[in-house]
Amino acid sequence: MLTLTCPYCGVAAEETELAPGGEAHLTRFGPGSSDDDFEAYLFSRSNPKGVHFERWRHAYGCGKWFLAARCTVTLEVFGTYPAQCFAPPPELIAAIKAKRPEWKGFQ
Amino acid sequence: MSTRLATGGRLIDRTKPLDFSFDGRAMRGYAGDTLAAALLANNQMLIGRSFKYHRPRGILASGVEEPNAMVALGQGARIEPDQRTTTTELFAGASAASQNAWPSLDFDIGALNNLAYRFLPAGFYYKTFMFPRFAWKHLFEPVVRQSAGMGPVPKQPDPDRYEQAYDFTDVLVAGGGVAGLAAALAAASAGQRVLVLEQTAHWGGRAPVDGIEIDGKPADAWVAEIVASLGAMPNVTLRNRTMVAGVYDHGYVVAQEAVADHLPGTDLPRHRLWRIRAGRVIAATGAIERPLAFAANDTPGVMLASAVRDYVVNWAVSPGDRTVVVTNNDDAYRTALTLLDAGLVVPAILDARASVTGELPAMARARGIRVLEGRGIAKVKGGKRVKAVQVCVQAGEGAVLETIACDCVAMSGGFSPVVHLYSQPGGKLQWDGANGMFTPDPARAPTGADGAAFVACAGAAAGALQAAACLADAHSAGGGKAKAAPKAAAPVEAPMHPVWMMPQGAPVALRFKMLLDYQNDVKVSDVQLAAREGYESVEHAKRYTTLGMASDQGKMSNINGLAILSDALGQPIPATGTTTFRPPYTPISFGAVAGEARGEIFAPLRRTPMHAWHEAQGAHWEPVGLWRRPYCYPRAGETHAQAVNREVANTRNNVGLLDASTLGKILVKGPDAGRFLDMIYTGVMSTLPVGKCRYGLTCNENGFLIDDGVVARLSDDSWLCHTTSGGADSIHAHMENWLQCEWWDWKVYSANLTEQFAQVAIVGPNARKLLEKLGGMDVSREALPFMTFAEGTLAGIPSRVFRISFSGELSYEVAVPTSQGMAFWNACLEAGTELGLMPYGTEAIHVLRAEKGFIIVGDETDGTVIPQDLGLGWAISKKKPDYIGKRAQERSHMTNPERWRLVGLETLDGSVLPDGVLAPAPGVNANGQRNTQGRVTSTYFSPTLGRGIAMGLVHRGPERMGEVLDFIADGKTIKARICDQVFFDKDGEKQNA
Repeated sequence: MLTLTCPYCGVAAEETELAPGGEAHLTRFGPGSSDDDFEAYLFSRSNPKGVHFERWRHAYGCGKWFLAARCTVTLEVFGTYPAQCFAPPPELIAAIKAKRPEWKGFQ
Repeated sequence: MSTRLATGGRLIDRTKPLDFSFDGRAMRGYAGDTLAAALLANNQMLIGRSFKYHRPRGILASGVEEPNAMVALGQGARIEPDQRTTTTELFAGASAASQNAWPSLDFDIGALNNLAYRFLPAGFYYKTFMFPRFAWKHLFEPVVRQSAGMGPVPKQPDPDRYEQAYDFTDVLVAGGGVAGLAAALAAASAGQRVLVLEQTAHWGGRAPVDGIEIDGKPADAWVAEIVASLGAMPNVTLRNRTMVAGVYDHGYVVAQEAVADHLPGTDLPRHRLWRIRAGRVIAATGAIERPLAFAANDTPGVMLASAVRDYVVNWAVSPGDRTVVVTNNDDAYRTALTLLDAGLVVPAILDARASVTGELPAMARARGIRVLEGRGIAKVKGGKRVKAVQVCVQAGEGAVLETIACDCVAMSGGFSPVVHLYSQPGGKLQWDGANGMFTPDPARAPTGADGAAFVACAGAAAGALQAAACLADAHSAGGGKAKAAPKAAAPVEAPMHPVWMMPQGAPVALRFKMLLDYQNDVKVSDVQLAAREGYESVEHAKRYTTLGMASDQGKMSNINGLAILSDALGQPIPATGTTTFRPPYTPISFGAVAGEARGEIFAPLRRTPMHAWHEAQGAHWEPVGLWRRPYCYPRAGETHAQAVNREVANTRNNVGLLDASTLGKILVKGPDAGRFLDMIYTGVMSTLPVGKCRYGLTCNENGFLIDDGVVARLSDDSWLCHTTSGGADSIHAHMENWLQCEWWDWKVYSANLTEQFAQVAIVGPNARKLLEKLGGMDVSREALPFMTFAEGTLAGIPSRVFRISFSGELSYEVAVPTSQGMAFWNACLEAGTELGLMPYGTEAIHVLRAEKGFIIVGDETDGTVIPQDLGLGWAISKKKPDYIGKRAQERSHMTNPERWRLVGLETLDGSVLPDGVLAPAPGVNANGQRNTQGRVTSTYFSPTLGRGIAMGLVHRGPERMGEVLDFIADGKTIKARICDQVFFDKDGEKQNA
């Protein structure tokens, strides 16, 4: 059972306090988009073995959505950060790179 | 025979005798006994029959690893099957019964299976019960059910109390043996918060039994001293009778404390489940002795050597008068020496090693014990009790050299470190060939949130089996400096020699009798058969043979089993690997898992302000999420159906009163609120004038309808969104998801105000008269037309009055502050007396809305239905560039004219269609199932029309008006005509009145 620190309220939250929201940093495709783009937006997920960015909501706490960078194999948490961004913070990416030189980087 | 010794017993109190019974026979033990110790003291070695062959089984071990000696403990509602006698603390009045034996333990008919063992090999069930198929249900399963299974289950609810508790610690030490205590002291001395959990009632583990000296003191004295120092430290908590069941991700640990198992009749909770967050876990969980695989090694009287020693030293119980020790290591010699000290006879020690040179064997030889090198047991003689052993050469094929009479065999095949808690969260093991054991690989320990290892084994659990190394390792695991480590003194043990089968070249006749897994009756021959039949993966072989799948989870048998499998496959043991270690370490009770979440407090109950009134009226409740809503208010002598019909008719003819407080109410406010709601709803909300209401549909990004409700514009920048009762929380979460994660730059707030307002629907031709009687607001047709709202005061209570209808009647929904909900409800009841007012429940709502053809999310929708399927195109904006679900609704499958769409259904005979029934279509689908062309989504008896009415989703439904479909229910065909879904007041004259 994971613990993740909510970047809003600073609480190291138990997984029972959190609601998962799947992969982070998806780009929304709306009306006018191609069938392929829209299908990928709805259904295609990277599901990596290793570094992963995902959405969590501090559902039984402050109610805020935040994002977490986590290793899906070892469950190491590299960091959490607010959801209001299009890409992970550069310092987080650098920190992950330092720990996981083989990681291809955020794509 | 086994008996109580005249003196000794470090754990028993001879001044406190305790009476108990076994299979109805009165017996006596002492306080401090385990049930197993007390049974042995009463010469009860035979405890039960084995699971498959019903072979006689006795006590094998002295701790949690015991696979055999399990009983049904207690009586009536408190009877509990499969209780290990070796860990059950004796209490006065304990009532134990043997299991798997019928008609009696001594004479068991099922033992006939034992004669047929050649015909019951691994996979017998899979091979035998495949064909013919009908025979499984009617012949095999009833017989198997009768003869299988362990003890009886209680038939009544559990009368005991259980609870759960939480704890947080820097370091959790699992195991209160000398290693655990040393690790705890080292960690606590460094200032860390330390929690020490010990599964038994005693501290110190087996060091006192083994006669170890620590820092110049006997182990008992050292343990007492350390426990006292730890107990005095404010940063240390010691908790005995608490078994660490599982270690999970990020330092989450679950443990079960047996609070009152040994104190029946007190008002303490029986078990307490601890949920702990630990920064670091030190698993000082010791090691478990392995049995040796020789023929008839399950005969009662064959025991683990360490257990024989425990019974003598801890409980002053002699398991037998003459004990033959059989071993491949030095540790078992301690047992021989202990037995001699107690005045018992050890006719011989059979040592499988070709040359025996250690200090302990020298001590045994010095005391005149016959030590036979390179020897093993060919076979144990005796049925319900050991009578003799046949000695053979270990390197041979079992030719009998001599027969030694004895009534107990103390065996030792070496020790397996208890690595469970390390392995559960993903720690990897390495094979130590010299000592024949898996040990934790510190380089591949389980890692936590920070990427660092958070579980370490300490002492024997880390493979440091000898006392000096064990304490040094544990002290270091606790963070202590090497110089400060406690020093243990004990004879140095010579290397063991792994023995997986005795004798090494045993023929099949002997292998058929060599038990690996005692509880599941898995023999050496079964594992070899599995290998021959291609079950090469250890996980497959486990499931095929059931090795390690019993309630002991193979604590004693797994290593022996995979060594046999590796040998059969001709590969080294590490290439075979282990099966997965899964929690719990030993079984925990369902009671502890449930804790206090039973009965009324299983889930919180949400109550509207009028809840108590409904209850006092004798309302029949319907659960709606965590709410309870009145289904109907039956009067004396009325059935529920009659009550619903009366409530519907009265609402249509006079006036009805409904508690609608559970309806979701979400306030959306801000400069961009209109723009946001245009994305949330399929319709346009930004253009809604202040004071007006509009029906809205909410879809998910897949286009499917997830909620509906009326939206009211309160002011220039605020809207109140009503949701379904069950959807309030999820729709609020849905809004927040989009606001926080997609349109975070939009200036919008949302707040779930569901519980801030009581809402009362006043519905029916007399509704306006009732509001006029309450007084305070103009509720006329002109001042408050349909789909508008007004704020003011009714009956002196601040009110927001919505002119909306879910019934087709003249209808007002009045929201008042929650604190005044009951007062407003009472005011309505009082004013309504002369207007024929009656309250109505949720079933009447459903009938009223179905007569009008209104949908309910969850009835007409099932997560695959889009609004267009329901004829709700009028509530979808064609002009808006975007809303959540719009793009999905443009996908080819969504626009396909072949989709099932909503229609009304009326049976030709006026009967009520069963809910959910299907209309078949010609032909079969790709899976050979009949095709279907429609199904019923809502169906009721309409008291207004005096016949059944229904709605359903039908293939191209609205294009097939008038067509008659065959619906199949319980094999009968019901004919129903496709019709308009609005059955009553099509033009809406009543609601617009």
